[in-house]
Amino acid sequence: MNLLGENIWINGVIIIVGSAVLVFIGGVFGMLYRGIDRKLVAHMQGRVGPPIVQPFRDVQKLLMKESIIPDGAVSWLFTAAPFICLITSALLLLYIPLFGLQALLGGFGDALLIVYLLILPSLAFAVGGFASSSPYATVGAQREMVVLMSYEFPLAVAIVSLGWRIGHVTTQLTPPANPFMFSTIAEYPIWSLVGPLGIIGSLILVFTLLVVTSGKGAKVPFDVAEAETELAGGILVEYSGRNLCLFYLADIIKAFAMSSLVVALFIPYNLSPLVGIGTPVLAGIVDGLFFLVKVFAVMFISMSVIRTAMARFKISQVSWVYIIAMTLISLVGLILIAVDLMV
Amino acid sequence: MSLKAFKRALWVYHLNTGSCNGCDIEILAVLTPRYDVERFGIMLVGSPRHADVLLVTGPVVKQMVPRVKRIYEQTPDPKLVMVVGNCGIEGGVFYESYNLAGPVDQIIPVDVYVPGCPPRPEAIIHSVVMAWVKLEKAEQGVS
Ligand code: SF4
Repeated sequence: MNLLGENIWINGVIIIVGSAVLVFIGGVFGMLYRGIDRKLVAHMQGRVGPPIVQPFRDVQKLLMKESIIPDGAVSWLFTAAPFICLITSALLLLYIPLFGLQALLGGFGDALLIVYLLILPSLAFAVGGFASSSPYATVGAQREMVVLMSYEFPLAVAIVSLGWRIGHVTTQLTPPANPFMFSTIAEYPIWSLVGPLGIIGSLILVFTLLVVTSGKGAKVPFDVAEAETELAGGILVEYSGRNLCLFYLADIIKAFAMSSLVVALFIPYNLSPLVGIGTPVLAGIVDGLFFLVKVFAVMFISMSVIRTAMARFKISQVSWVYIIAMTLISLVGLILIAVDLMV
Repeated sequence: MSLKAFKRALWVYHLNTGSCNGCDIEILAVLTPRYDVERFGIMLVGSPRHADVLLVTGPVVKQMVPRVKRIYEQTPDPKLVMVVGNCGIEGGVFYESYNLAGPVDQIIPVDVYVPGCPPRPEAIIHSVVMAWVKLEKAEQGVS
């Protein structure tokens, strides 16, 4: 399929402008959510907490600072890594449906592509760590790679089981629909396909994804790669100023994208058909707001609550949690869904 | 780029140059729910590269001199240096001890002094306000 279709110029312009707008909106809402997250965590700890606009101030401040490149660093890699990290995180926003709309490039990539794309920001992150020549950063980068390999399997199990179950219905259709497409997932939500056992299985998968989201966002208890108190900032230890700001933004956008992914996979409902709003503009606004609520719910559970409730795992425990515990749990979910299909 | 954003997002690196740990505990107290400086956007960071403020405690023992200088240089501009505790200001209980290379301001330029042995958390928060005043004055001087 030709990526740009018939009207190469018009579609090209739409994609470029659309990407810019999407990334901008995603970034702004991501920062807003980060502010809300910090405020809520502070409240849960009995503190007042920073104002909600704090992430915007942090970013502004970081841009005012000097960006130091250490003498021992591989300077081109060291400078390139933050850009790659931000760009690949932003790329996620183009493939995941946001605000109740279709994804901008939704026709060209599905949930499986997202699984692969999710690896890229972490890789860029690790490359930046290795390039910065600090032993702390090197240890952090190695840990990042270990964590990356650990949560990959539960993540894949969760997404593939979902697609497999939906595929049972959609491959019977004429023409058969790709069950990993977000549009198909939205059309046949898993909850309406499965029986009671399957619902339990799907809930388990949701739980797996939430825990993976927490690790993906490198939040406590899974923030072994940054581990302020033991690795002094880990991967980011040598980054300052603008480069640090890019990583900060990439992290925020990645968290937003990951939460949107959970929403798109498991809560693909829109509010407007339910309350019966017909006009497209109004329906768009309602769905957009409803999307924000859903993302907030996912972020609140997967980041704020887990972050407040737990202390950091040791690196061996992180691998154990993902490779053994979460994998087993997600496989139980898969088996429940499969059994549900048979009975 | 506004001064307000800089003022209200100070990231602090805590540097111990040989203190008795009393001040360090008071600094941690500033981060607890009771005083909670995160409401002013202040965060404790683990690397001087991320820092806007160097919070120096202790009288600088001889071993620490090159390290203090190096950490000062590792901190990206613009930066502030705050000395917390009497012993960093003029030696305090370690005054004229054989192993001191002098109080902090003999080694690196200092912006704000917080006296006390150890200073109360309120005093440390007040010194942050003093740092803001200093930043404002500096900006007015420039413009
Ligand atoms: S000022 Fe007093 S409490 Fe603080 S580090 Fe020095 S001796 Fe300890």
